[in-house]
This record gives sequence, structure tokens and C-alpha cells, in this order.
Amino acid sequence: MKYVDEFRDRQLAEKLAAAIRAEADPKRIYNFMEFCGGHTHAIFRYGVQDLVPDNVNFVHGPGCPVCILPIRRLDDAIELAERPEVILCSYGDMLRVPASKRRSLMKAKADGADVRMVYSTLDALDIARANPDKQVVFLGIGFETTTPPTALAIEQARAEGIENFSVFCNHVLTPAAIRHILDAPEIDPEQAVRLDGFLGPSHVSTVIGSRPYEFLSDKYAKPVVIAGFEPLDVMQSVLMLIRQVNEGRVDVENQYTRVVTRMGNEKAQDLVAKIFEVRDTFEWRGLGSVPDSALSIREEYAQFDAEKRFEISEKVSREVKSCECPSILRGVKKPKDCKLFGKACTPESPMGSCMVSSEGACAAYWTYRRAETLAEMALEAAE
Amino acid sequence: MNEVWLKAPKVDRRFKADDRVVMAHGGGGRMMAELIRGVFGHHFNNSLLAQAHDVAVMPQPAGRIVVSTDGHVISPMFFPGGDIGSLAVHGTLNDVAMGGAMPIALTAGFIIEEGFPLADLDRIAESMGKAARDAGVRIATGDTKVVERGKGDGVFITTTGIGVVPDHLDIGPHAVRSGMAVILSGTLGDHGVAIMSSRAGLEFGTSIVSDSAALHRMVADVVDAAPGTALLRDPTRGGLSSTMNELVEGRPYGVLLDEASIPVKPEVASACELLGLDPLHIANEGKMICICPPEQASAALAAMRRHPEGRDAALIGQVVSDKPGFVRMTTAIGGMRVVDWLSGEQLPRIC
Ligand code: SF4
Repeated sequence: MKYVDEFRDRQLAEKLAAAIRAEADPKRIYNFMEFCGGHTHAIFRYGVQDLVPDNVNFVHGPGCPVCILPIRRLDDAIELAERPEVILCSYGDMLRVPASKRRSLMKAKADGADVRMVYSTLDALDIARANPDKQVVFLGIGFETTTPPTALAIEQARAEGIENFSVFCNHVLTPAAIRHILDAPEIDPEQAVRLDGFLGPSHVSTVIGSRPYEFLSDKYAKPVVIAGFEPLDVMQSVLMLIRQVNEGRVDVENQYTRVVTRMGNEKAQDLVAKIFEVRDTFEWRGLGSVPDSALSIREEYAQFDAEKRFEISEKVSREVKSCECPSILRGVKKPKDCKLFGKACTPESPMGSCMVSSEGACAAYWTYRRAETLAEMALEAAE
Repeated sequence: MNEVWLKAPKVDRRFKADDRVVMAHGGGGRMMAELIRGVFGHHFNNSLLAQAHDVAVMPQPAGRIVVSTDGHVISPMFFPGGDIGSLAVHGTLNDVAMGGAMPIALTAGFIIEEGFPLADLDRIAESMGKAARDAGVRIATGDTKVVERGKGDGVFITTTGIGVVPDHLDIGPHAVRSGMAVILSGTLGDHGVAIMSSRAGLEFGTSIVSDSAALHRMVADVVDAAPGTALLRDPTRGGLSSTMNELVEGRPYGVLLDEASIPVKPEVASACELLGLDPLHIANEGKMICICPPEQASAALAAMRRHPEGRDAALIGQVVSDKPGFVRMTTAIGGMRVVDWLSGEQLPRIC
């Protein structure tokens, strides 16, 4: 009658929890960053932190594609959508993210812009085929996982000669962001948390493999364990990280061997390399300008690059002033440190991107831990 | 109230396979009379309807009266395990039953879009008639309107149900106390997943059928077995999470669920996984929650399990005084989390 998945088995979880309790040194604090929003979501959805001792902390990283898109790029996307000849296609989560002046793609749509929610890049191509007199722009966002489908759509558009299709490319790269977070203490020690290791992304790593993380152990002496998305994967990976820390090892280990290899999916990598090149620098919400951290469309495919096809105006973009998303995305603050959390800002009326995406830290705290978080906030306010 | 179902009278049902509803079917003239007699009268056929009056007159029952109404606009109209007709009957009967009441009659209002195939309307009416007959409840009176093409979406059906609740029952959120048991009558998410699986653009192969069913007989047995029953709810739109959150909002108690004991069919669980949905947020049409004193929980469970729609009934949690106003859950792996309302629409994950 009950549905018990082998990756969510209670007894296995208790065994792992016992091992973590036994091996975690009570005199130490373990700060592990889960880079990826998918992990943040799984940790909260299953209450993984309730099963690890108090000195094992999860620091939530910036691996949520919706969260890290800077407001400026979103304002640009809205500007594109408002052009009368444009149909802007986007993944659903993006529509509700607040832009400057409390606008969003959803509001632009309500005001008459043609904004369509799609489930895949190929849906956007279909829309382009069906509307030859319109310009169809796909708002490409995401990490290495969502880049190959965008590449595929561009390749397909070229093969079929679909001329009214282009991509507003905001694809970003995981390893560069991790490097940036680790360099941050040198830039401003106040602005960084001490990290003892990383839970490496699962889906991203199926594409890029485990090799791109080797610099972390080689140059930064930080342990990495690539972890699957199931709660037991996360727990096992935490145990592996604790062991590395205790033994003074710094390795790139792979817990997610059922899917991830060292080299990753080379076919997908080749396709991506054919169509995209690395930008010198790209703005991340929270992290600021991060060198070599994003992709743009190569010159040979310029006709599919919305940034080249359309003139996008210079503009001054503004975040909601008290929104703490930037510090939260760096792992320096927690959602409870934001005055707006649960008051002005909820998933129904989000003030920042971290409250929109189900992978954002604020949404995770609100959805799965708000009883505890609101109680903590009330306590702190009383003090 | 002895004679309930009449023998089908000889009526003229001369519509052809490809006939469609036209404006005149709602115009009050002969065509409308023929539609009502030929389709609704034919399938709903009972002594109340046969009064052929604008009102249905029935004797005054003993006990308190409950009334409930519900509009049905489901798309697709026909789905695995049911259709808009059976759903319009079950949905309202269940609303009445959740008051602890035994339903006695239904009314049905139809808003039909011009051009709707008569054969489909007939199929829907047949299914409504059957659902009502199986439930032992008569469709006492009805109304038909036809709207211009483009001003509706096939057929909308509004049903109103009346029923009688015994004087000794006291059911409602005010009667809930901390320490009470939370019982669910069966697997979650079957209806919502069956609908999604047949929706254009999302079709995926699954053997799941809707759980659409009338629950009043099970309710009668449950309140008999557990007379201290404080609350009955059917977790329809928004699923179990919305039902529970509605209950605790602003109350001096909370609910603590146990994920591992919440029954979900493996097919439903994997469809949810695929679509990035949570079974706790998905609609059900043949399930109920019963909250009763802990010492009556096993009797309530046993009463549910005697009915086919309650075969998989389980104790899934309890009412608690800790963290009032919140629905929380011990997760499958033993952690703790808040069970939130469904927020906005559910979207597939992108990463
Ligand atoms: S709670 Fe809202 S306003 Fe505060 S940091 Fe999170 S997203 Fe920004």
C-alpha cells in the first residue's frame, strides 16, 4: 500500500544519519555548500537537515538559474517582449520574476506583450514555424543542463532555414561561479562564509562530467562530492564530505556514479562548443561580474542571436531595495535575515527571484520550513 | 417516497448520430421540450422529475437539512474513470456527505455551447443518470441554457444537492481537538493524474483512472462507527495540502502528517515525479479525510475499509497543539517539513 522508493527509504536514512552522527567531529563545524538549487529543494523537501547534527551546515549556493539572472537582463527580455513584432518564449518560472519598477514578464503579457510559456526549446521553434510573420525570441537561461537543448534548437533552425527565430542567451557556467565564490574572501573577507566542501551538481555533471571540478581540489584544496538529487544521495554525499574533511583529503568524489562519469556527455559538449563561446565576463545577481562564467552565441550563428538581431537599449535597472537575494545567493545571509521574508515577500507576491523559483532558497524556507523560520525571526526581533 | 425510479417512458429519441445542439434547444419551445424529455428525462427518469414542474416537491425529512452547490467545468470532458456527468453527481453528493449528511436529491443546471454534439450530451446525461441511480439519489429538477458558439466550452454543469444530517452529529472545524486522529480513505492523486494523462499536449501512458465516486454510504458507516467524528472533508482541488491548510488556518491547532503512511499508487508517484508535481497537491474526487478521537480511529478505519472506495484507508497523522496554524509532515526519510498550499499553478521543473 505504501509507496517507498529505494532512494527515500526511512531505515537507510536512519543508518546514514547514525553514521554521520558517529563520524562528524563535535568539536568542528562543517560548512558544506550545495551549489545547486535542485539540492536545496531536495534538502528542504525531505528535511535532510533534521537528520544531520547541528554542526553540519548546508550553505545554499547560487545554482538556481532563475535566481541569478540579473535584473538588467530581465529588463532587456521585457523590452524585447514589448516589441510589437516579437513573441517571447520562456520557461514558466521566469514569468513571475520581479524586474525593475515592479514589472515582470507576466505583467508585460497582461499589458499586451506576446509572451508564451514553453516547456522546451522545440516548442519555441514550433511557434516560430507557425508564425512566419513574427519574430520568435527564446529566453535562454540555465546552467550546463539547459544549454544543449538551446544549442539543438539553433542547429535545427539553421538546418531548416527558420529565419524568424533567435535566442536571448543567458546560459551560465557552474565551475566559474564556484571559483568566484572561493575567490570572494580575498576580495572581501566580510562577505564570505568559510566553506569546507561542496556538494557538486547532479544534472549539470551528467553533461560536463566530474573533471571540471578538479581545480577545486587541486588549486583550492576543497573537497567535492558530486551528489544525486534524492535525499539519500545527499546524505551519503554529506558523509563522504565529512570523511574527506576528517581525513584531511581533498578529492573530487562521485557519489552519483549511476549517471555521472568523469568526462560527461561529450556529444552534448561538442554541440554546445560548436554554437556557443565563453563570454569574457557576465553579471550574476548576487555575485556581480564573474569572469568566463557565461556563454554567448558564436559569430557563425549570429543571425540567431537576439542581442545582435535587435537593438536593446541601455537602461538603469533596480532591484527591490531591501531584498537580500544577492547576499543569500553568496551564502552569506539566510532568508530569515531579510525583513521582507514572509511579509511583503511570499511566493504569491515575490519581491526577489529567490522567492520565485522552487529552487530558490527563500522559496524553500517559505514552503517547507516557515513554521520554524517565522518562529526564529520573531525570537530574534524580540531580543 | 416509496416509488423512486420509474420505468423508462416511451419518449421520442429521434436525434441522429451527428446532430448538434442549436440555439433553439434552449429557446423554450418545442425543441427544448424534446431535448429535455428525450435526453435528460430519459436518463434521469424518476418520480420527482416526472412531476414535470419547475419545482420538485418532496416531503419534509427528519433531521437538519444541508445544501451544497458546485459548478463543473472540467476539460477534457471524458477521462479515464469518468466524465463531467458522473463527476457533477459525485462532486456535489460528496460535498453534502462531508456535512455528515445523507443526500436525498440533486438539481442540475446545464449550460451548453451551441454546436455541442447531441450524442455527447446524451452520453453525459446517461452517465449522470447512472451515477445518481447507483448512489440512490434522484435528480429532482433541472435547467437548460444554450449559449452561442464560442461563449462556453462544450458543457458546464452546476449541481445542487440537499441532504439530511442526524441531530446528534456535530461536525466542523470547531469540533476538532488536538490529539485527534487524521484518517485518509485511500490513495492520493488518482483523479488529477488521470485528467492530466488525457489532457492534450501532456498525454502520457498510464493505467490510472479517476477515483470519482460517491462517498455518502461510507460516510454514514464512518459516523456510525465513530460518532465522535469532528470533521469530514473531501480533498478535491488543491489536494490534501489545501484541505488541511484550510482547516488549520487561524485555529488553535495544527496537523502533523506522516509521509510514509500516506497511500499513493506507484504509477501516480512516478507520474508526479516526471511532471515535478507533489501528490499532496493533486485533486481527488473519491477520497475523504476523517478526523475523529484517537480511541475511535480504528473503528473509523475498519468502517472505511468495508467499502471498496475505502479499501486503502490509512491513519496518516494527527491534530497537534504544537505550531498551531501549520500543517507539517514527518518526511519519508524522517525529516520534518511544512506542507504548503499549492501556490499558483504547478509548473514542470526546468533544470
Ligand atoms: S525574502 Fe524575498 S525580498 Fe527577501 S531576499 Fe528573499 S526574495 Fe528577496
